[in-house]
Amino acid sequence: MSDITRNTPGIAEASEAAPTQNGGLLRVLGPAHIWALGVGIVLVGEYMGWNFAVGKGGAYAALIACWFAGILYSCVAMIDSEVTSTVAAAGGQYTQAKHIIGPLMAFNVGLYLVFAYTMLEAANAITVGFLVETVAGMTGHEGLNPQPFIVLAIMFLAWLNYRGVLATLTFNLVITAFAFTAILILFLATSPLFGESPLKHAELMTGLPYGWLGVLAAMHFGLWFYLGIEGTCQAAEEVRSPSRSLPFGTLAGVMTLAIAATLTWYLCVGLMPWEYLGQSGAPLFDAARMSGSTALTVLLGIGTLFATLASANGCINDASRAWFAMGRDHYLPSWFGAVHPVYRTPYRSIIFLVPIALIFALGAPLDQVITFSILSGLLEYTFMPLNVIMFRRKWPLDTIKRGYEHPFHPVPAIVLLCLCGITFFAVFLGYGTQLVAMIAFYIVVSLWFHFRRYRFVQRAAQFTMPWPKPQGY
Amino acid sequence: MQIWDLAEYAAWALSALLGIYIVTDWLKTDSRYSEEELTSSREGQLEAITEQHEL
Repeated sequence: MSDITRNTPGIAEASEAAPTQNGGLLRVLGPAHIWALGVGIVLVGEYMGWNFAVGKGGAYAALIACWFAGILYSCVAMIDSEVTSTVAAAGGQYTQAKHIIGPLMAFNVGLYLVFAYTMLEAANAITVGFLVETVAGMTGHEGLNPQPFIVLAIMFLAWLNYRGVLATLTFNLVITAFAFTAILILFLATSPLFGESPLKHAELMTGLPYGWLGVLAAMHFGLWFYLGIEGTCQAAEEVRSPSRSLPFGTLAGVMTLAIAATLTWYLCVGLMPWEYLGQSGAPLFDAARMSGSTALTVLLGIGTLFATLASANGCINDASRAWFAMGRDHYLPSWFGAVHPVYRTPYRSIIFLVPIALIFALGAPLDQVITFSILSGLLEYTFMPLNVIMFRRKWPLDTIKRGYEHPFHPVPAIVLLCLCGITFFAVFLGYGTQLVAMIAFYIVVSLWFHFRRYRFVQRAAQFTMPWPKPQGY
Repeated sequence: MQIWDLAEYAAWALSALLGIYIVTDWLKTDSRYSEEELTSSREGQLEAITEQHEL
């Protein structure tokens, strides 16, 4: 250990490390919790949002977008699994960037993470309010105020996160499993395997109404099928066995989502014409209603609510870990790097992000909030190919122990970079102004970090991983 | 529907209770423990003890 730290520029000596082992986050999670964190954040995208891809280019365009996004996220999952199983620390991609690329990239990636997850949390809370309002409308009560339910969703999940990570992600495991099972039940109940099927693919399927440009435009919303699976990395410091749990949970998660996405597409396009499906607010719930079964309608209604809560819950967990890690390294005020001595959670980061989520949930339009989340996520995916290529160069396979080695390097990195480029163009077609505004925002905060904030960072203390010296140094 | 009106009030009340709980516990914790103790977490603590990241 001492040789490693002495040989590595920037790695702290033992005297600079933590005074006690007890001051950190609690290592209590297993692979199932990692699966629940990743799939929990994403599964709401199957219940709503992905179907706008159908509106952009028709049913087949949505399927092509689903598969291309599946390839993009498989690359993300493989790359993340390798790097995070080695850089097993809170902050996920932020910590990877700090060790592998440098402080400015790390600061930006940290902000991408916090904004992507906090905005997604706000969007989920808005959706909870919408769902309660819909249920009230179905029971004959018009004019329900959704705000108390939006606030309650955020406060309840923040409280859960504040109290401990094991309860938080066990809760996510239960509600995510329920929501995923609901999709499987809907598929089995409507399939021809058990009698007459309401699916009408032969009548409803059309070609590409807007041609290949529609396919390109559909890529923007194709991300919804998988957006957030990379959030599994944020639990790296709280799993019992990072080298085993992180790759297993992340890769099992992306496989689960590929199955859920394909089943969702198959069900919905077989029950609804593409013109309607492309504008639906809750397509799986609508599909259940069109099946004619009350039990399925109730099941998918609860599934929609659970998927939304699971996503918001995972987002609070991930955003707070990224904020906490940045505080711990003094990239932000070190006050945020505190851990609750009893619950062992980054409690100040959790509290700090609550009012921000509330402001966006109560005051911003849903599509803007979601777009900000998607764009931040996309910037994060674009950094990953560069990250893994530098990781393999600085620490080749025979120099450092990895929990998982992703195959065919650098093919996944190149494929990911190309698909990110295509998706940026697709997003630019629909939300060019937001894209430019957001990039301008990140440039301004980068300048602030470089000229004003980095002087407070203790350069040696931020590298406490017991790694060997990188090649070339 | 009176039940929905009640649900709105209940949601506000429950949100306020949860908020009060969090803020109270936060203030208690900050006053009971030193700042050094609260911010003693370091990245890679467990790895430093159990894993050497060497082949």
